[in-house]
Amino acid sequence: MTRKILKWGALAALVGMALYLILALYAQQEFVFAMLFLVLTASAVFVFVNKKLYAHRYIFPAVAGMGLFVIFPLMYTVGIGFTNYSASNLLSFERVQENLLDRTYQSDSVRYSYELYETGAGYVLYLEGDHQDLVSAPLVLDGADSSAPVLPASEKPAGEPLAIRDIIQLRSELSQLELLTEDGRELSMASLRAFAAIRDQFMLHDNGSITDNQTDTTYFPDHDTGFYRSADGQTLSPGWTVNIGWDNYLKVVSDPSIRGPFFEIFVWTLSFAVATVVFTLALGLLLANLLQWDQIRGKGFYRTMLILPYAVPAFISILVFKGLFNQNFGEINLVLEGLFGMRPDWFSDPALARTMILIVNTWLGYPYMMLLTMGLLQAIPRDLYEASAMDGAGPVNNLFNVTLPLIIKPLMPLLIASFAFNFNNFVLIALLTGGAPDIIGASTPAGTTDLLVSYTYRIAFQDSGQNFGLAAAIATAIFLVVGALSLINLKLSKVKV
Amino acid sequence: MAMVQPRSTKYRVLASHLGMLGFIVIILFPLLMVISISFRSGNFASGSLLPENPSLEHWYLALGIPYTGEDGTVTQPPFPVLLWLWNSIKIAVVSAVLILALSTTSAYAFARMRFAGKGFVLKSMLIFQMFPPVLSLVALYALFDKIGNHVSWLGLNTHGAVIVASLGGMALHIWTIKGYFDSIDRSLEEAAIVDGATTWQAFRYILLPLSVPILVVVFILAFIMTIMEYPMASVLLVDTDKLTLAVGAQQYLYEQNYLWGDFAAAAVLSGLPITLIFLYCQKWIVGGLTAGGVKG
Repeated sequence: MTRKILKWGALAALVGMALYLILALYAQQEFVFAMLFLVLTASAVFVFVNKKLYAHRYIFPAVAGMGLFVIFPLMYTVGIGFTNYSASNLLSFERVQENLLDRTYQSDSVRYSYELYETGAGYVLYLEGDHQDLVSAPLVLDGADSSAPVLPASEKPAGEPLAIRDIIQLRSELSQLELLTEDGRELSMASLRAFAAIRDQFMLHDNGSITDNQTDTTYFPDHDTGFYRSADGQTLSPGWTVNIGWDNYLKVVSDPSIRGPFFEIFVWTLSFAVATVVFTLALGLLLANLLQWDQIRGKGFYRTMLILPYAVPAFISILVFKGLFNQNFGEINLVLEGLFGMRPDWFSDPALARTMILIVNTWLGYPYMMLLTMGLLQAIPRDLYEASAMDGAGPVNNLFNVTLPLIIKPLMPLLIASFAFNFNNFVLIALLTGGAPDIIGASTPAGTTDLLVSYTYRIAFQDSGQNFGLAAAIATAIFLVVGALSLINLKLSKVKV
Repeated sequence: MAMVQPRSTKYRVLASHLGMLGFIVIILFPLLMVISISFRSGNFASGSLLPENPSLEHWYLALGIPYTGEDGTVTQPPFPVLLWLWNSIKIAVVSAVLILALSTTSAYAFARMRFAGKGFVLKSMLIFQMFPPVLSLVALYALFDKIGNHVSWLGLNTHGAVIVASLGGMALHIWTIKGYFDSIDRSLEEAAIVDGATTWQAFRYILLPLSVPILVVVFILAFIMTIMEYPMASVLLVDTDKLTLAVGAQQYLYEQNYLWGDFAAAAVLSGLPITLIFLYCQKWIVGGLTAGGVKG
């Protein structure tokens, strides 16, 4: 009985928390996220209350985790790809309008010069205007945001006003001050010597347009580009996020300053992934073959030494290589200079940078291939090699006519997985070169060693424009590639469920 | 033992040994170099593999102890390496525990129960596993930004966010554990259920104790993978004090502030334990990786 109460209590508490979150998100007009958590909570309650779905209770947390952190972000990213979501168009239309209508400016027409008097009870402000003078009650200037009423006055307070250097010292406190006149106007500090009236910068009309009170320009909301736009084409910042259809994709194809770098990076990504798989497989297979050979002693030692690069955390070994390849202080260039008298510029020459990346990635990746192929080689019956030796075959013949044909089938899915992993090998690029050297003439940050993933990352997070929309469009293209690869893989590996 | 041996075998064995030893020397060069550099004085010193004037200054700094040079100048540790290591371990342990608990229960259902959509869910898990989280970082960032407005310990710049985000990578572990469960005879559990045990009891008291080895492997795998996770942590964490090792370590090698020697000591200090754990567990880990094709 108590167990039951506990169970229902826990469920109720969780649902309560979830509902709070959903309502809060809904109130902030985050409809997508409110919907996400609503679906999540509803399915959780459904699964845990329904007796028939007992088995689903076991898998629910894992499936929900994948849904929340893999599938939802994936779909959300695809969605962003069709919008102009970026640093300049970050907010929703309602928030942009709110933001603009909150803006104020200081009027030039209503200005008061002022004097500040120090009295026993605090500071007294005396404002001299064109039509009337105003005076405040004694104020405590402690820097907190405060507003104080000012009343019409006819004569200045007694005593000497503070000198300008004392006012400079009190400047930050004075600038926090808001003065309210009897007729409801607000005044704030405009300069060291003057206070001026604060006015709303924009006025909203019924048809949705807004007028700038300062310049008297009217701006109309343009829901195609996500900006308020005036008749002569001026736009107001910030803009809001709107759906722009296939524009991001068209930009990749048509804008030469994006198309050029994109295709260069695409070709490099493909060649990098293929080359990595080929190099690591060749090296791994060779070493695995040597380690399988009965004549070799000390296999345990060799094995441990050879998988060391795999055992060291990648983020450390990549940074180690970054230091070793450094042009001026790097140990690799010291060795090369000693032997051949040259100091290659590994990080600023595109071809050398790409060579370096392939060297490092082969170093990182061959132990994995070695371990994989060692397992597969063990499954090959020994008599096949006996037979080929009788026929006078050498090691090369053995490799191409016996070993490879036998292991290629089980190896294929693993090679495709390795290809997909390296196609998206973000950590290597981010830590080793960061994409450098840059491609000249690109309008978004793009480097000659960037892979598509690091390219999208840089567009989204390192560029000042933070063009999330464009980054998401390119990410969607990569999703398609990865999705196709993993479907092929599923077919090839004949997964049994 | 092969019966037919060509005459040249002896030379080929010798050549293989020499070839492999030479290869190992090249492969280990970077690792040995880093150890050597961590004992050199100064951040720009060059020299042979065995440092002529070994100095412990980088090690002091890596351990967070200010170092007093021979001329009396005091160098403060540039970065809180031990704190980063602690952050990494904390995040990795918590998320490995969560991943283990959740993926074990799901794997149990997938291995032992029949229910609607089982094959579909299992296959889609395998497919979605291949999508790198780097690509949906914008969405993940937005997600945690929005959650963080209401649940502060899950927002941006919290370890909670990194831990929770790591739960997205459970599919691989579910497959690994399910494969192991499949290899265990189910008659014991069936007997227990006939005797009146509930499904949960059969799982908890019969299957789980039999599966301790694979649970240890999955725990270590999840632990290592979270420690090495870079892209999500690099976007979600901001403050220097909150960074994980994988994100923080690169700060040593900025162009403007190149601390090669300090990096070397920090790298050896933090990399060594992880390397040793990996080497110790490699036999089991390799089996798990072959199933999913992760790293490399």
